[in-house]
Amino acid sequence: MDDSSQPLNLVLFSGTDDKLQAAAVLTAGAAALGRPVNIFLQYWALDAFRTARIADDHGLAPEAGPAGRAAVDALREAGQAPWAETLRQAKELGGVDIQACSLSMDLLHLDAPDLDPLVDGVEGVAAFLITASEGPVVFI
Amino acid sequence: MATLEITTHVDARGLSCPMPIVKTAQAIKPLASGALLEVLATDAGSVKDFAAWTRTTGHELVEQSVDGAVYRFVIRHK
Repeated sequence: MDDSSQPLNLVLFSGTDDKLQAAAVLTAGAAALGRPVNIFLQYWALDAFRTARIADDHGLAPEAGPAGRAAVDALREAGQAPWAETLRQAKELGGVDIQACSLSMDLLHLDAPDLDPLVDGVEGVAAFLITASEGPVVFI
Repeated sequence: MATLEITTHVDARGLSCPMPIVKTAQAIKPLASGALLEVLATDAGSVKDFAAWTRTTGHELVEQSVDGAVYRFVIRHK
């Protein structure tokens, strides 16, 4: 397997819009290149994928500060798609699989129907690590 | 084919990275081998992105130009 077909594996932990946007951009880029992408949603990232909350403002990482907030708002006003829309486009290209961490589901008292259809299923960490064993794992 | 006939156009002007290559990857999928596709983009990163994308996917970057802030790429389906 050459590098160009190696899967990209993302563990999403943070639930702020800037980190989810960064993850969505990596996902869409990899999908456009034809690389499979495996995403594992934990903690606050999983919380952001609730159907009832996915379109909400999830704030920014603390290091963004007011200047970062203004920069992100300017990019949005210039027409940057929200991260959920970027992920949807990436999934249309194919090869993108998004799984919810079963432990985080318990932590947040979530059932599968509570999650946005972007999420393909629920699995444990062992299943994810086996899926992810052929490429780098990036934690965001 | 004596002349290049572009059959598909992707207007990615105003879209930020990585949407120009995402839109292009979506648009090229249903095309036949040899078909030509034109992309317009304003994202400065798209110059390196399209070079890398064509190298990796095997599609051919047959033309590339810039007019002011607009980058133009012509890609031939592999």
